[in-house]
Amino acid sequence: MTETFYDVLRRQGITRRSFLKFCSLTATSLGLGAAAAPRIAHAMENKPRTPVLWLHGLECTCCSESFIRSAHPLTKDVVLSMLSLDYDDTLMAAAGHQAEAIIEEIKRKYKGNYIVAVEGNPPLNEDGMFCIQGGRPFIDKLKETCADAKAIISWGSCASYGCVQAAKPNPTRATPVHKVITGKPIINVPGCPPIAEVMTGVVTYMLTFDRIPELDRQGRPKMFYGQRIHDKCYRRGHFDAGQFAEAWDDEGARKGYCLYKMGCKGPTTYNACSSMRWNGGVSWPVQSGHGCIGCSEDGFWDKGSFYDRVTDIKQFGVESNADQVGGTVAAVTGAAIAAHAAVTALARARNKNETNGE
Amino acid sequence: MLSQQDMLEAERHGRQVRSIYVYEAPVRLWHWINAAAMVVLAVTGYLIGKPLPTVPGEAADNFLLGYLRFAHFAAGYVFAIGLVARVYWAFVGNHHARQIFMLPISNKAWWSEVLFELRWYLFLEKHPKKYVGHNPMAQLMMFFFFTILAFGMLVTGFALYSEGAGLGSWSDSLFGWVLPLLGGSMQTHSWHRLGMWIMMSFVLLHVYAAIREDIMSRQSLISTMVSGWRMFKD
Repeated sequence: MTETFYDVLRRQGITRRSFLKFCSLTATSLGLGAAAAPRIAHAMENKPRTPVLWLHGLECTCCSESFIRSAHPLTKDVVLSMLSLDYDDTLMAAAGHQAEAIIEEIKRKYKGNYIVAVEGNPPLNEDGMFCIQGGRPFIDKLKETCADAKAIISWGSCASYGCVQAAKPNPTRATPVHKVITGKPIINVPGCPPIAEVMTGVVTYMLTFDRIPELDRQGRPKMFYGQRIHDKCYRRGHFDAGQFAEAWDDEGARKGYCLYKMGCKGPTTYNACSSMRWNGGVSWPVQSGHGCIGCSEDGFWDKGSFYDRVTDIKQFGVESNADQVGGTVAAVTGAAIAAHAAVTALARARNKNETNGE
Repeated sequence: MLSQQDMLEAERHGRQVRSIYVYEAPVRLWHWINAAAMVVLAVTGYLIGKPLPTVPGEAADNFLLGYLRFAHFAAGYVFAIGLVARVYWAFVGNHHARQIFMLPISNKAWWSEVLFELRWYLFLEKHPKKYVGHNPMAQLMMFFFFTILAFGMLVTGFALYSEGAGLGSWSDSLFGWVLPLLGGSMQTHSWHRLGMWIMMSFVLLHVYAAIREDIMSRQSLISTMVSGWRMFKD
């Protein structure tokens, strides 16, 4: 008999009161309203725990660090127990062959019924030799583990897009998970790291409703990545008014004006920071006075400076932005036109002289 | 094919009537509405990417970027609807209305006309030819730097518009796919801005060529886009 989530929580000394608080907070954070709280509680009391295998490829563990700071009540205990995190080489006590045996066991016992959460990505160059686990390339482990999974969660920008290790020139050929695993539902949860409550929210949704959340074109859950930072930014009023911080520590910056001119990537970044904030709602980058760097966007390391709005377009081989390239084209065109007009006038004048001379 | 036919037509008519009706009223109307929309789009678009210095006073009393964005979106709709209407007119209008949408690339004579025009602009030909519609060189420029580019601006523009309109909006359903295709929102912004600069370069060339040919060539150009009639000078 497999345990339910509630059994595990109770066994760990979590009171029913705290459990119900968690359910209603989770319902709220998912935007589901009060009626969903009892449904979440019911599901957690009755459904067998879905095992989660948490794999680590090329990554920095910031996703794990974020995840374990989820600010819901009884953070670590609730979240870690809820997950039935059967394998996580960073957090688990077991090591070596014992640890690796768990993967085999889960694959056998819960075939087609477990979730693989991937933090980081596999490097493909040199047959995957840039990331070796248990004596073999991570790519092999990833493919084998995902083969019988129900769904795969790509934690963070590494797994979703490649992030810093896939930044140009990407020497290890670090590759996002959805490009090496096919035929399985994959949920991209980008961010460097993703917001803790977004991570727990995605997991809770999947366990509660037994389906993956609605995804957008880039495989991101719509409920957290459906809008840009800019769309819900509390400084948006200053943007619309045309009030900007023009330099760090100037009058505008002190007054909390929009950081658009300081290169804030809020208008081009899809994430929930401006509504959910960080560290239990304490603050978030823009509130702390620094623009968004767009960490949850595809290839954000390769999109030019964090401090420019009109950023470099790398396709031109040199570091130049749309204004430099386009402005040069327009200026050269203008100069060419002026020169052409001058030659035309000269030629015409000479022609006239010739005609008059005849 | 078209140009040679046009040329003969022009020569024949030039001797008799000295003018031909080329641009029908909807084409002329579209040309000037489109020109106005493009001016508004370029100016407001530039200022959205690089806003003016901070506005003094309370945020609640100002709406500068709001109005700029409104003007940009409104002009964008005018530009887009105009372009769609123009495509429609290419089907129902006269054959000159189709010129900027199709290149007779399989026609060898047309290519030699392109070369001739190139030589004319390089001061290698002394006497210009007569054309009823666009000259082949102009047609080539129009096709790539207006027609193709205009559709590119329309697609990237509405993709960016869909970001504010939200998931499930019509612009998202129709053009939302552009964002991931171009590598994200930031990239789409960059390409859209670069497109603006190229379009403005085209406008410079277009206006210069129209004025120059109006003076230098043997036919009217600027007044033709006002009255619709092409006048021949000799």
